[in-house]
Amino acid sequence: MNRKVAICAVAQIKNEPDIWYQRFQGMLFDCFESIVQQTGVGFDMEKGIRNVITISDDVFDARTISDNGMTDVVGAHFLGEEKIAQDGLNALGYAMACILSGHDDLILVIGHCKESQAESRNMCTNLAFDPFYCRPVGLDFLNASAFQARAYMARSGVTEAHLAKIVVRSRQNAAKNPYARENPPVTEQEVMASPMLADPIRQLHQYPVTDWAAAMLVCCEERAREFTDTPVWITGFGSCMDSYFLGDRDLAGNFALKNAAERAYARAGITDPKTAFDVVELNDASAYQLPMWAEGVGIADEAGGGAWIDAGGMDRYHVNLSGGMLAGNPVMLGGLARAMEAVLQLQGKAEGRQVEGAKRALAHGTTGPAGQHHAVIILEN
Amino acid sequence: MRKDFDVSDCYVQEGKLALPYSYFAGRVGSTFITTLRDQRRILGVRCNTCGKVFVPPRQTCERCMEDIRNNWVTLSNTGEVVNYTVVNYDDRHLPRKAPFILALIRPDGADTPMVHILEGIEGDKVQPGLKVKAVFSEKTTHTILDIDHFEPVA
Repeated sequence: MNRKVAICAVAQIKNEPDIWYQRFQGMLFDCFESIVQQTGVGFDMEKGIRNVITISDDVFDARTISDNGMTDVVGAHFLGEEKIAQDGLNALGYAMACILSGHDDLILVIGHCKESQAESRNMCTNLAFDPFYCRPVGLDFLNASAFQARAYMARSGVTEAHLAKIVVRSRQNAAKNPYARENPPVTEQEVMASPMLADPIRQLHQYPVTDWAAAMLVCCEERAREFTDTPVWITGFGSCMDSYFLGDRDLAGNFALKNAAERAYARAGITDPKTAFDVVELNDASAYQLPMWAEGVGIADEAGGGAWIDAGGMDRYHVNLSGGMLAGNPVMLGGLARAMEAVLQLQGKAEGRQVEGAKRALAHGTTGPAGQHHAVIILEN
Repeated sequence: MRKDFDVSDCYVQEGKLALPYSYFAGRVGSTFITTLRDQRRILGVRCNTCGKVFVPPRQTCERCMEDIRNNWVTLSNTGEVVNYTVVNYDDRHLPRKAPFILALIRPDGADTPMVHILEGIEGDKVQPGLKVKAVFSEKTTHTILDIDHFEPVA
């Protein structure tokens, strides 16, 4: 990429199981106020934010055009506002494209999801499928992941013991992240004894129901220093959508993630992902996905996820020091949370989980059942 | 960080979305579903460029971009299990009480498996490669559930 795009500030509330006591507008407004306080950014048509990109989901909000009830509290009243109904990492990619095109030089990215509002998260994700072939047989994102987990574990040597290790480590890491959902620590034995939901996926293998909101200020290279002394640069972005029907896909093959990563690496000039990153944040909605996505981005060998965990790959590559999505981020925001963590690491603000001298990070997001769509972003300081 | 909200006298509104819809199945989908309903046959479509046979059927080959909507192939009512999971939780969108088996089943003659319910076998006995046959529903729902379930070939 010739021109660079900066992330100047990030803001988030704490991930919680049930923020019943605050409307989503209030959750967003807390993030909005933090961005304004950190940067002094305004909303005039000359020098301010002229466009806000929001992230939300109609079904989880139980209202269509889910962005229309919050434009005032995110600063979009009488300005431009556009909505991403995919993982929020794509909103960051979209903001980057708006700025690289020259159409805008300053964009607020802001999103929310309250998974706790619906009686059943699985009922919501069942609605992601068509009403003729997939919805009637009861497909949802949990049982769709179970097919992928079985196929991937058979190919990669990842075992139930590996999954337990991933969950225990996630909770240990999340304990050092003040914004992470507070989950009780667990032992590997407790993970392996937790209820089987859809084999081979157990309850503790799956990310918990979570409410959250977050925001980022994205800016062109020329103006970044107006808002921060520690800009983080987007140097690569790539995304790819796989086939819709699970039966059309090689569920264990990482087709879309490999394509997304290659596109991002080409932009960022990365040739060897195994030596490229100081921090890697992967969108692990289920424990099996951590090694699978590690293979997809090329920090683990193809079909070698089990051996990679045994050799200490998760710690050597600084994967999900935040706790990852497994600790709890809502759907729609798992990837944005990964980018948020990468920015904090590159700004030196990751406190007890800081990787000293971190220069370059990878953040990854998925949308759809069993990782149908993937996005990869490369960030540098 | 969580704020110290005063939640006295705060109210939570209980709501429900229940909105009837009419979904057009498409011309290709309509042929597939009415053939299941009236003839108890499973149809696929073949791409003449790459040779792949798709089920559920669709209008265009995603790889070759060939229009395949009229290339109907009658698939066998038997097939094999490619992948499976025992669904061990109950929920309103699920077609059976837990535990029940969802499987990716590839009908003989097709290249793509489709998800359906597997009955007549314990979950811990299922293996990829298991031969199964379609059991058709007595009453139509005009969906894939005009096949009630698959079960092992005796």
